[in-house]
Amino acid sequence: MEKNRRTFLKAAGASAVGLSIAPAMKAHAFGEYFMPSDQTGQQENALIGKHWGMVIDLTKMTEEISAKLTEVCHAAHNVPKLDNIKHEIKWIWGEHFDHAFTDHMNLYISDAMKHAPVPVLCNQCENPPCVRACPTKATFKREDGIVLMDFHRCIGCRFCMAACPYGSRSFNLQDPRNGLENRKPTNPQFPTRMKGVVEKCNFCAERLAVGKIPLCAEVSEGAITFGDLSDPESEIRKVLSASFTIRRNPGLGTGPSVYYIVGGGGDHA
Amino acid sequence: MLEKAIKGTKNYWLLLIVLSGIAGIGFLVYLNQFSFGLGITGLRRDVTWGFYIAQFTFLVGVAAGGVMLVLPYYLHDYKAFGRITILGEFLAVGAIVMCLLFIVADMGQPIRAMNVILNPTPYSMLFWDFVVLNTYLVLNIVIGWKLLEAERNYVKPPAWVKVLIYISIPCAFGIHTVTAFLYSGLPGRHFWLTAVLAPRFLASAFAAGPSFLILLCLIVRKFTNFDPGTKAMRTLMKIITYALIANIFFFACELFTAFYSGIPSHISHIQYLFMGHDGHGVLVPWMWTSMTLMVTAIGLLIVPSIRNNEKMMPVLCLMVFFGTWIDKGMGMMAGGFVPNPLHQYNEYVPTVKEIIITLGVYATGFMVLTILYKIAVSIKEEVKA
Repeated sequence: MEKNRRTFLKAAGASAVGLSIAPAMKAHAFGEYFMPSDQTGQQENALIGKHWGMVIDLTKMTEEISAKLTEVCHAAHNVPKLDNIKHEIKWIWGEHFDHAFTDHMNLYISDAMKHAPVPVLCNQCENPPCVRACPTKATFKREDGIVLMDFHRCIGCRFCMAACPYGSRSFNLQDPRNGLENRKPTNPQFPTRMKGVVEKCNFCAERLAVGKIPLCAEVSEGAITFGDLSDPESEIRKVLSASFTIRRNPGLGTGPSVYYIVGGGGDHA
Repeated sequence: MLEKAIKGTKNYWLLLIVLSGIAGIGFLVYLNQFSFGLGITGLRRDVTWGFYIAQFTFLVGVAAGGVMLVLPYYLHDYKAFGRITILGEFLAVGAIVMCLLFIVADMGQPIRAMNVILNPTPYSMLFWDFVVLNTYLVLNIVIGWKLLEAERNYVKPPAWVKVLIYISIPCAFGIHTVTAFLYSGLPGRHFWLTAVLAPRFLASAFAAGPSFLILLCLIVRKFTNFDPGTKAMRTLMKIITYALIANIFFFACELFTAFYSGIPSHISHIQYLFMGHDGHGVLVPWMWTSMTLMVTAIGLLIVPSIRNNEKMMPVLCLMVFFGTWIDKGMGMMAGGFVPNPLHQYNEYVPTVKEIIITLGVYATGFMVLTILYKIAVSIKEEVKA
């Protein structure tokens, strides 16, 4: 009797899962961007680095590419679209030059830079103030330099948000699943968050684990180079040595790992 | 001694009923916040601490202010404070209870609060704030209780209580210094990134705390047979005068550094608070009210005949209390977050629900305070009789 009941429940459970997954699978038309978030075991093809970094070439950046980065990233990471602008969650988004680079005030900046959207995201700092501030180690720096969040440990004190000098962090002022209705398709492979925790860009740690570079770099049409800053032979180091790059507020001592190539004349945009 | 808390006049019970009513309403609204999330408040992505943390910061100061009775009595043998140090200690208890409740009210995941203990993180200032606040709370409960017990039994308090008192004095400075360090160690928040923040916090604390104490003393004198003593209150008024002048002086130092250096990121926050920016300026009238209250209070406090006049005392204390409350509460929060690190102006205004929850926490703290003061005063009356 007991056994029968258990078998029945199993079967019922399985079919329920099947019923709910089937439409979800169909919904993911651009599933090529969705990768499993399972980080329990390291896969053979995982990308291993000592200090992951990014170079964003603003001379190649257009409104379209910038908007695409945001859309694709937010879809892949189930970042909610909420009606209340105050509750907004952002992982990567386009800013004006003077907001992104507050210490580079320049009235006579080139037209190209004045109008280029500057994608901003977590800078994966070498010396992250958010990690210093967190009272529970819910946000921490991994060996490869990526600053990550443990959503199950975060107590929602928002000290990390006060500490971040780049405004890169968002707080779930309500259940983010409320905002997934407007966000279709969602990605069942990546965990959704709960209310009351902080979240931010994770440099696509879930993709690195399966040998893929971050999504924004992949869809950037060559505007974003991703790689290991500690490897002098890496592509990213070659890009860095070939161009003049700047970082956001390096004077604060945070050591941002995201670099920007700024343009000269107006013929790029 | 607890029996003193359950034997009281009709007014005592009425006060407790009213306070518990407000606390109850606050709790009901909090349930709404608990289920929906902090989105019911006016907080937003750019202003992530608001009314709750403003109250927390201010009340840490009120708690620390009690030391202005303890220190002169125990370190300088200033006898006039002897009979009321207990009021300072119990005020600290009530204030810290409110501080802790405000922290819980502000947490996104309050049920995980113990993660701070389970994963102690010594490089986080919040961890240390948690440690010093709780230490100070326990110290004041034990000290207050033991002193009162000794007084009731006409014996000297045990020697170890005195040791605890000596520990509690630096602890009082510690709670407010560490609370200031929550803010003053953050890169990119230039309004807070100043070494004078902790001294300024202490100065405003030693103005606000004693102001509140005098108000409580006047209430105690009016409704009970215990007289805290005119001399003690006059000395406290003198302490308030110096502390308030120091607070304004530190603020003037901030103004000089920001405006003479001309560094925009230092200027912009002060400008936003007092002048507004491009149509954003909800706090402008509040900040000017605060400054007017504090500066006028200084003008009146430095005149001995006004300062020592008992009719003027409550007026002056209310001016100081509300002036510092705006300055260190909302002014300190919104000033730090607006403009944001990207120099964008997104303002914050608390919602009605947020204010009701805040009142609920205040009512709870005042209940604790009422009960503790009732016990203390009853024993004082008993000893006197």
